[in-house]
Amino acid sequence: MANMNTKTPLMRVHGISKELGGREILRSVSLDLYEGEMKVLIGPSGGGKSTLLQCMNYLLVPDRGEIELEGRRVDPRKARELCEFRQHVGMIFQDFNLFDHLTATENVSIALRKVKGMSRAQAKARAKAELDRVGLADKGHLYPAELSGGQKQRVSIARALAMDPKVMLLDEPTSALDPELVSEVLTVIRGLAQNGMTMVMATHQMGFTRSLADEVLFMQEGRIIEQGSPKDLLAEGSGTRTLDFCSQILDVEGAGA
Amino acid sequence: MNEEFVFLLERLLPALNKGVIVSLQLIVPSAILGIFFGVVVGACRAFGGGFLGALANGYAALFRGTPLVIQLFILYFGLPNVGIYFQPYTAAVIGFTLCSAAYHSEYIRGGLLSIKRGQVLAAQALGFSTFTTLVWIIIPQAFRRALPGCGNEIVYLIKYSSLAYVITCFELTGQAKIVASETFRFSEVFMVVGVYYLFLVTVASYGLRRLEKRLEIPGFGH
Amino acid sequence: MNETVTVLLDALPYVLQGAAITVTAVVGAMFLGLFIGVPLAVGQVYGHWTVRTLCGLYVWFFRGVPILVLLFLFYFGLFNFMGLNLSAVAAATVVLGMTSGAYQSQIFRGSILSLSKGQLKAARALGMSDGLAIRSIILPQALRLSIPGWSNEYSIILKDSALAFVLGASEIMARTHFVASRTYQHLPMYVSAAVLYFLLTWAGVVALRALEKRVRIKGYVH
Repeated sequence: MANMNTKTPLMRVHGISKELGGREILRSVSLDLYEGEMKVLIGPSGGGKSTLLQCMNYLLVPDRGEIELEGRRVDPRKARELCEFRQHVGMIFQDFNLFDHLTATENVSIALRKVKGMSRAQAKARAKAELDRVGLADKGHLYPAELSGGQKQRVSIARALAMDPKVMLLDEPTSALDPELVSEVLTVIRGLAQNGMTMVMATHQMGFTRSLADEVLFMQEGRIIEQGSPKDLLAEGSGTRTLDFCSQILDVEGAGA
Repeated sequence: MNEEFVFLLERLLPALNKGVIVSLQLIVPSAILGIFFGVVVGACRAFGGGFLGALANGYAALFRGTPLVIQLFILYFGLPNVGIYFQPYTAAVIGFTLCSAAYHSEYIRGGLLSIKRGQVLAAQALGFSTFTTLVWIIIPQAFRRALPGCGNEIVYLIKYSSLAYVITCFELTGQAKIVASETFRFSEVFMVVGVYYLFLVTVASYGLRRLEKRLEIPGFGH
Repeated sequence: MNETVTVLLDALPYVLQGAAITVTAVVGAMFLGLFIGVPLAVGQVYGHWTVRTLCGLYVWFFRGVPILVLLFLFYFGLFNFMGLNLSAVAAATVVLGMTSGAYQSQIFRGSILSLSKGQLKAARALGMSDGLAIRSIILPQALRLSIPGWSNEYSIILKDSALAFVLGASEIMARTHFVASRTYQHLPMYVSAAVLYFLLTWAGVVALRALEKRVRIKGYVH
């Protein structure tokens, strides 16, 4: 598990704000992410979780504020720096966004070849290894339309992992899945956490959060309102907004994961 | 019967074979240039805002909304009024290119607009530059979606290449008209010409269908 | 410049008379195409294999041979051969109609195939013969679905009708060409004709859209 006392954070987000369509989505959000740490973002939809994650990968350029990876800042106007930065920060989308015209193996290998400049054979071998890691060794030849939702999300995790990211951002990776497919994806993510991958994940999976998160961040109206260990924030009778919100979703979703 | 055979072998077929070469010389460059300009115009229509987009839309509407034969007449008979002269062959290739580009742009535009935002987002998240995203993600997807329409357009081009004859570029139809007018055997001559075109069109359609099949991806494009 | 305006104004009534001929020919061809296309489509979907093959051959022929070649073939060749003595305009109308029939059959065929199989089954269950079921249940639905495709045919035939001038039919194109070569005002004349065709396309599209609205059935969308 993470050691929060060691030196500088791996990734620093400092005071970022973002306005979209005249609405303030993020209002001066800051967080420090240490190596091997798993942070979970919780909060109502429209609270800014997804925007925060997209800003952390510069898929959206924040209006104000700074993002540092290993002490280095990126100039988002410089395309080369931006592409370099994004290679180190993996992103998992709610709706997978697998490339529809490529097989599972090609989905994983294309960035290795075209972004990292690996040879076709090397990239393919690496892709196979990554697919094996998410338990899809035998599905490499299938196209996205031939995979189940859970399999698609696992391919997209393999695709991100193949880039050897320093940080992984996961935007509600299980919300678009049928309930019976959620656990296969969570198992893969749990494996990553146990192997020390640094992650920020937006999710409503409370059981998963309780057992794996180092820190829970509760976001509402573009701000982080509460943050702390799951033990503190989710303790019975703690009276936190986080607990309040979580008990509501538990009511709706039943037992949770 | 014997005389018919002699006419066919010694008079008609040599003339038509000469003509079909010219037809192919019209069709192939026009098809290639047409697709090229169609991609440019289609991209402007899909992504170009403001003036550029309006210009591309206007161009497509104009060339799709008027008969090709008028476009050819303007190029060949009209432009000399303002001091621009083209050879019949050049005028035909320019006309075919401009017209088919307008039709291609329609399919290209549709193909480009059909690409989901998530595809681009995912590529960016992996560190793809704009250029690599275009080459490896957007174009392969848009191309597959546009292919059936663009293929149809090429088949149309084969047939409409016959219009080159009206601006005195003597391709297949032109050669046939000469032979028919000299011998008054309109039925036979144009039946045989019809077979030539049917052959070209059928071969092209077959080839395009094979290409579509080869590029087919399960669950993609439906 | 003044001279150009004079020529254009003088030519206007003459060319507009040609426009009346063009529109008559186009409307005639559309309806002829409808009468050919509907049975062809029914034959292709429900016919015995021999009927299907014959219908398929008709479609293949008329979709594979250029209009220009068909015009020459029928007007100078086959119509004479059959002893039909048609005027150039009538011949062009018939040829355009036969060609459009092939294309229209593809539109209707697509619409018929898109109807659910349950429609025919339900009609049979009520004791209707297949012929009656097709006439009273399938076609009214299929034809409504076909209106957008059918409207498209209008602008295609309109543009193709410009080729009738090669037979000497005195429609827009022939009259424009006539005035242009006498006055040497080629460019202004052809550009004006292009504008005229553009307006006719636009007017037709508006009219057909109104028709589409009138025959729409509430809640019946595809």
